[in-house]
Amino acid sequence: MSAREDEFLEYVQSGGQVETTDWMPDDYRAKLIKFIEMHGNSELMGVLPEREWILRAPTLQRKLALTAKVQDEVGHSQLIYRVVSDLGKPREHCLDDLISGKSKFHNVFHYPTKTWGDVGVIAWLVDAAAIISQKALLKCSYAPYARIMKKICWEESFHILHGRDVILTMMNGTDAQRELVQEALDRWWGPLMQFHGNPIPAEDDPMYIWRIKSQGNGEARQQFLDGYVPQIWELGLTVSDPKLRKNDDGVWEFSEPDWDELKHVVTGHGPKTEERLGLRRTTRGETEWVRRVVLPEAA
Amino acid sequence: MIYEVFRQERKGQAFAHAGSVEAPNEEFAEWYAREEFGRRGESVALWVVPREAVHEIDEFVDELGRNYHRVDGYPLKEKLKQARERAGTSADRRS
Repeated sequence: MSAREDEFLEYVQSGGQVETTDWMPDDYRAKLIKFIEMHGNSELMGVLPEREWILRAPTLQRKLALTAKVQDEVGHSQLIYRVVSDLGKPREHCLDDLISGKSKFHNVFHYPTKTWGDVGVIAWLVDAAAIISQKALLKCSYAPYARIMKKICWEESFHILHGRDVILTMMNGTDAQRELVQEALDRWWGPLMQFHGNPIPAEDDPMYIWRIKSQGNGEARQQFLDGYVPQIWELGLTVSDPKLRKNDDGVWEFSEPDWDELKHVVTGHGPKTEERLGLRRTTRGETEWVRRVVLPEAA
Repeated sequence: MIYEVFRQERKGQAFAHAGSVEAPNEEFAEWYAREEFGRRGESVALWVVPREAVHEIDEFVDELGRNYHRVDGYPLKEKLKQARERAGTSADRRS
């Protein structure tokens, strides 16, 4: 590393923040693009499992709430792709790389949503896991990303509320409804435990070294367990991991998450990866004429 | 075209930068801004400004050392200590 790069690294590691027009090392810019683009992709792909349930949601209120959540998540992807564009990679390129399978998106969005219970578990626990990562991004060394994360976290907290409401309604319902929630939780527990990634020490994580992230993966997972396992248990739900328990020193113990599954899924081999990317490909093709005809006309 | 969006959260508050939108013209920019920054009642007003229209100034040179403009131009602590000692009131204050 050059002296200038060393100085930059020291600056971000001591809490300094960087603006779009500031000088930055190429490696820092590349890491930012990779990280933020994956986040944008995940927001965009994350609406598909929920979109499948808009027409099947049990009441009009739930259909409207789910539609609004989908709109929020697409809005997040727009904000995030703007940040990526300012770093040098236009949104169109991000979308090209997403649908060709070149870039990645979060593991949880590669799975099917089998029942309405899954929709509740996603809005409650997947969004809860996500907000833990996102809150840690409020301190990101890249200031434009940190700033939009404030708005995103605010809306995500709202989604958790919606998810809890869906779950509580079902838990107060019939045995069949409670069973639906328990089955959904069992299906999602594995992917949820994989969500925050391999427990590599923060000091070895390039995203932490550059202070793009402000906490390590293992730390985020502990925070998730600490915040949500008690909430799961108090509803009379069980977690399908016999090793799950909180130690006397406050640390959660659990079975090793399936890292092979995580790797397999995020590299494009999840049960719903192909179908969902296919849908993106189709809609992008179908709306191509709009971009071709309307946008130059308007410019 | 990139448009910078500023939003006002409550009447009477300062507008603060909210983010940006990419749009082919002002009309699209306005609608994108409404969707992204005003959908949930989080804003009472928005300013939508073409990025080129924003002129940033980030260097503030002070060759003349005009510290009488600033708080650091008035180091009262030492002077106050001296004045109290002169008046013989510093011990009283401590007790």
